[in-house]
Amino acid sequence: MEYLKAFVVGGLFCALGQVLIDYTKLTPARILVSYVVAGVALGALGIYQPLVEFAGAGASVPLAGFGNLLAGGVKEAVAREGFLGIFTGGLTACAGGVAAALCCALVMALVFRPREK
Amino acid sequence: MAKKLGRHTYRLEKTVSVSAWGSIGGKKEGEGPLGGAFDEIEPDARLGQKTWEQAECQLQLRAVDAACRKAHLMPQELDFILAGDLLNQCVSSAYGLRAFGIPFLGIYGACSTMSEGMVLASLLLEGTDAVRGGVVTSSHFCSAERQFRTPLEYGAQRPPTSQWTATAAGCAILGRQERPPYVRTVTIGTIEDKGITDAANMGAAMAPAAAATLAHFFEDTGTRPEDYDLILTGDLGQVGRDLLYQLAAEQGYRLEGLHQDCGLLLYDRQRQDVHAGASGCGCSASVLCSSILPRIASGALGQVLFLATGALMSTTMLQQGESIPGIAHLVHLSSRNHPERRC
Amino acid sequence: MTDQEYAKRNQLASAPTKSWKNIPLAFLSGGAICTAGELIRQAALAAGLEEKTAALAVSLSLIAAASLLTGLGLYDKIAKHAGAGTLVPITGFSNAMTSPAMEFKSEGIILGLGAKMFVIAGPVIVYGIAASVVYGLILWLARL
Repeated sequence: MEYLKAFVVGGLFCALGQVLIDYTKLTPARILVSYVVAGVALGALGIYQPLVEFAGAGASVPLAGFGNLLAGGVKEAVAREGFLGIFTGGLTACAGGVAAALCCALVMALVFRPREK
Repeated sequence: MAKKLGRHTYRLEKTVSVSAWGSIGGKKEGEGPLGGAFDEIEPDARLGQKTWEQAECQLQLRAVDAACRKAHLMPQELDFILAGDLLNQCVSSAYGLRAFGIPFLGIYGACSTMSEGMVLASLLLEGTDAVRGGVVTSSHFCSAERQFRTPLEYGAQRPPTSQWTATAAGCAILGRQERPPYVRTVTIGTIEDKGITDAANMGAAMAPAAAATLAHFFEDTGTRPEDYDLILTGDLGQVGRDLLYQLAAEQGYRLEGLHQDCGLLLYDRQRQDVHAGASGCGCSASVLCSSILPRIASGALGQVLFLATGALMSTTMLQQGESIPGIAHLVHLSSRNHPERRC
Repeated sequence: MTDQEYAKRNQLASAPTKSWKNIPLAFLSGGAICTAGELIRQAALAAGLEEKTAALAVSLSLIAAASLLTGLGLYDKIAKHAGAGTLVPITGFSNAMTSPAMEFKSEGIILGLGAKMFVIAGPVIVYGIAASVVYGLILWLARL
């Protein structure tokens, strides 16, 4: 059941993305930015976290989940550290993911080279 | 001196002909319907080089070599060479040809470079004592992707209107031989822009330029499409071709049945997943120099209008919200010389 | 022909995107990636990790897998069919960083690889963080 919920909710996020690609002028980069910013907004409004609790990875893996993570991080940091938390919360929350993506990219770029298509 | 007809067209008074041509393509081009017509097919997309830009330089160099070999010339015997490509500052031309020591003029006409070069070379031969000159251009899928679109390994879907940049180069040597294909008339294109902003739909951006240049040529020369055996555009693809037919029909010209597009000849669209067709400077250059010029030389094709089409935008202008200006230059090639012309 | 008329003709001449195929494929592939994520999450929870750490394990695994597939030249082949299914999940973010890093290594490891790595993913971080700072500011002001 957990897997089915993750599949359906995650799939719906992606299907919506495809609708945006096919029917609007939005480029992939703009869609990614929209998802993250929307995730922050929905997280801030307290809508996204219940969805994560319902669908697990189905809601946390799409990039909107990344935005929700930022919102959650800021909320905690402001509660804990006050004013400084405004600036530390977001990056702290996503530090693991960003550092991993950065290091993986670095290693892959050093090892492999692009292939002809 | 070339006779000016109307506002856009020049009729050559001296004999100018294409004396030799060379073409090279990559693996995908080799697998296409024209694969057998190329002088060289290079299966290694890097052509033994470290970067895609260096690979494209090699394409140009080898196209010039192939053409010179067939003309029994050393490259140094060319009086001049006109070259251009899609990369910023036309680096494939400058770096690819730097070792030859041929008097060099770099030109930029995006994918219209081949016909732009042939127009200029013909006029140079007409107006000076130069004996022969080369025209060469190239494109490479991988170097074009990284400059104009996304990294090769980026996971993006190509829309159905998109075209596949050819990995190919073509070189034509123009001279004064009494042998076809002859260059009879040239028309300099005008910049046409109908407000297309979608970089994944170049055909639509360029079709108005092709239609305008054709109309100018027919007006200036007092001829009709039916007077020609083949009207060959550069890289309009399926979308651009359909739009060209509509634009031409509006001006009273029917092109169906007389027209082919290099972008639709280079690949097999059913089999090769290139969406709307081929594009790039190397598309029209290599199609012309592999399968069209030999057929004019043999007389299988009599009168051919070759008009390569170019989209003159940059990524910067597109990001600033500008539309895509198009251009097309026309060269009238013929299997027969004009009766009054001499060398 | 006016520009408006030409735009209309262009639309008619352009083959439409195959949405009947694209959207279901995006749903299935995106759903599959999230299900893989859920598998990792359940395994991590079963191994005694707490909720937040398990979520991080999911992100890290998917990021590493996507980056490796990009390096091997397979990610774009999958994405050609999956579309938004491989774009929207965190794997798309990873691909967006690895692919330019590979592509622009030829211009050196500092200004090529290092700088261009963020050419697609950079805006995601910029606007994500900016949005979180705005939210943080609102939270802080609300507490005053």
